[in-house]
Amino acid sequence: MQETSSHKNIHSVIIKNDMQLARSKVVEPVIAKLSAQGYCKQDQFAIRLGLEEALSNAYKHGNKCDPKKTISVKWLIDKDKTIIWVKDCGNGFDPQAVPDPRENGNIEKPSGRGLLLIRAYMSEVSFNEQGNEVKMVKKRGEKSES
Amino acid sequence: MENQRMLEVIVTDGEVRLVKFVPSRILDEIQINTIGQQVISLIDEGVTKIVFDFSNVDHLSSSALGMLITIKKRLDNVGGTMKLCNIQPQIFQVFKITRLDKLFEIYDTATEALTGFNQ
Repeated sequence: MQETSSHKNIHSVIIKNDMQLARSKVVEPVIAKLSAQGYCKQDQFAIRLGLEEALSNAYKHGNKCDPKKTISVKWLIDKDKTIIWVKDCGNGFDPQAVPDPRENGNIEKPSGRGLLLIRAYMSEVSFNEQGNEVKMVKKRGEKSES
Repeated sequence: MENQRMLEVIVTDGEVRLVKFVPSRILDEIQINTIGQQVISLIDEGVTKIVFDFSNVDHLSSSALGMLITIKKRLDNVGGTMKLCNIQPQIFQVFKITRLDKLFEIYDTATEALTGFNQ
């Protein structure tokens, strides 16, 4: 794992394409920081879920489960909001082209719900032009969409 | 991970199995595949009525939802039925957001889910 810091409040890591590493080097430190900052359990649940889904998308769809590839993650946690960027080494995708998994023809499909959950639990979700980096913003205390 | 106990299977009256998830977090792909395989083994052994108890579960991923859908399809193919119960409010919200609360039969308690099977 490489560790860099481009801004004193932004934590930045590059990890091997491995979900166990992603949890130990990204998810758990982020949740520990949220807990230390006094974020409520609902916010911690929402951010863990969004982060798990974003990392899983990067691992599986972006990096095609290739252990030689990497995932870059940055996070900024302050008293009002949390911002997380997750970038993979893939070619990117068009988020507008992802089918709505709630529609009748898709409801029984076993996959395709990750992005829906990220959008539901995060306050703002955007992608870079290439479509291989997601930026997630969670405003502290904001209720998730249901 | 594969060696960890994932499910507690309780034989209830008759042919129904109450399957309780042991981990509090159902997030990891390998763990989810293991759970799915263990349940499909039950179906292959002839079990067709399953109640899944979520009382221990406080986090789950979209992959876990996918696993439940795969199990439902498998049961549908053999004329079986599955029900879900004891889902904590924040997990129930995940089912609502994905509208899977409309696809699955969800009960507040295991007793209610099991009673439904006997009617």
